[in-house]
Amino acid sequence: MAKHLTPGRIVLYAALLLMAIYYLLPLYVMLSTSVKTLDDIRGGNLIALPQSITLDAWSKAWSSACTGVECGGMKGFFWNSVKMAVPSVLISTLIGAVNGYVVSMWRFRGSDVLFTLLLVGCFIPFQVVLLPMARLLGELGIANTTSGLILVHVIYGLAFTTLFFRNFFVTIPDELVKAARIDGAGFWTIFLRILLPISGPIFMVCVIWQFTQIWNDFLFGVVFASGESQPITVALNNLVNTSTGVKEYNVDMAAAIIAALPTLFVYMVAGRYFVRGLTAGAVKG
Amino acid sequence: MSTPQSQASLSALADRWLPKLVLSPTLLISLVFVYGFIAWTGWLSLTESRLLPQMDFAGLVQYQALFENDRWWTAVANLGIFGGLFIGCTLAVGLFLAVLLDQKIRAEGTLRTIYLYPMALSFIVTGTAWKWMLNPDMGLQKVINDWGFPDFTFDWLVDPDKAIYTVVIAGVWQSSGFVMALFLAGLRGIDDSIIKAAQVDGASLPVIYWRIIIPSLRPVFFSVLLILSHIAIKSFDLVMALTGGGPGTASDVPAIFMYQFAFTRGQLGLGAASAMMMLMTIVAVLVPLMYMETRSAKRG
Repeated sequence: MAKHLTPGRIVLYAALLLMAIYYLLPLYVMLSTSVKTLDDIRGGNLIALPQSITLDAWSKAWSSACTGVECGGMKGFFWNSVKMAVPSVLISTLIGAVNGYVVSMWRFRGSDVLFTLLLVGCFIPFQVVLLPMARLLGELGIANTTSGLILVHVIYGLAFTTLFFRNFFVTIPDELVKAARIDGAGFWTIFLRILLPISGPIFMVCVIWQFTQIWNDFLFGVVFASGESQPITVALNNLVNTSTGVKEYNVDMAAAIIAALPTLFVYMVAGRYFVRGLTAGAVKG
Repeated sequence: MSTPQSQASLSALADRWLPKLVLSPTLLISLVFVYGFIAWTGWLSLTESRLLPQMDFAGLVQYQALFENDRWWTAVANLGIFGGLFIGCTLAVGLFLAVLLDQKIRAEGTLRTIYLYPMALSFIVTGTAWKWMLNPDMGLQKVINDWGFPDFTFDWLVDPDKAIYTVVIAGVWQSSGFVMALFLAGLRGIDDSIIKAAQVDGASLPVIYWRIIIPSLRPVFFSVLLILSHIAIKSFDLVMALTGGGPGTASDVPAIFMYQFAFTRGQLGLGAASAMMMLMTIVAVLVPLMYMETRSAKRG
């Protein structure tokens, strides 16, 4: 393959560049719209540069935009999502780590079957559990609360986190564990002293995957939370689809970026693990 | 005297039981919250439940009602249109990008980052962005108008016959980078010597890709199909954010149908029946694909 620029290579780079523009265009449009004034939006067009840059829409989106009857901006909902995502991610990842350890290193009769049964949880459409879950949360008295959402996200995240850790631990040579057992190390000692120290990367993958899933979730949020306990995705959807008053596109876009920032940030700083998580979650062993 | 020995046997005993003990809460959770809840929903779909669940068996009345509901068939037809186009286009764009990126490109890392970032976004954010871009008055239409084509119109978002296609546009944008990453990983796993041998035989690059490389990516195709059909059948957020199922019910999909009947219209039985239909669709699509995937993986 030629390394210098032939006409073919120029076409190739042009195609790649064009595709890059296609992917970046919505991000550019969101950003530029969010710093325009409403007059600028109406007078100019979508891809025109802003005539002047104002952060009014951002401050309105953060602290005073109306989602339905409430007019406190995205602020409260952003923190709802943080309070929901952080514990759910940590709990489901820790349980998944121990589960994955068992099904890979401590197989017992029937453990493979049990693991397969567990995996089914990755594939079901969640619509099929919404009705009983709503009823259960109601009876436990945690309907419409962040704790209720945490419970739901932990429960339905376990299948994925177990899968991640299982697929990682099976790549570790059995001899390592066998030798430790001969030396008298027990179940927890092996896990804490031998496996945890080498599990950094898979923890990253799992935490990032879970965080992205839970932060971006809409279905559980819209069904199991209402009013003040809504996560940010639900609030954003309410903001954008509220039909009262003048439509403030700049505020909508600022709110959308606010909702996207945490996962985008994670992607920027740890993209490597993000990609690995996606492919690991996809290509199952 | 016997203390160390009994301690050893105690820890051996612990090692026998601990793994099962540790795994059991998760299994119990899965049993109740996955299998139990599916059974609960299944049973609910066989009752006459409306606003409140009631547990008397009523046969298939809800399924009958579902199959006589025009809105359900709109949703099913939309899922067909959306699923087919979304899977087809995402696959094509993803594969195309992967092949392009595989040509020893400078700045490959940067390009990959750009192609893949939409996957980090929520479908609600994607929907919001595209809803604005496809706005019939102020969106892309106006850009083209301003460029000197004043008669150009692009109002699919508010056109009942076209609204579902806007969901395809946004869905492909969000997911194609991910498919690119999967194919690229597959391409990188192919032995270079096969390609070199074909080149020696005088085969051109497109022919090598079409005849040798792409067919050898069979297992990746199965994974990609598996994931994309899964995304398509479950698609809910993107449609909610982009069209809300509208105009009217023109871009309804089964997930929206289920949500509205179960949670805003108080038709629990019908909602449960539609949820069970979604589950059966997933099973019907995924099981054959997974079967083929494991078979081709074993052969490959």
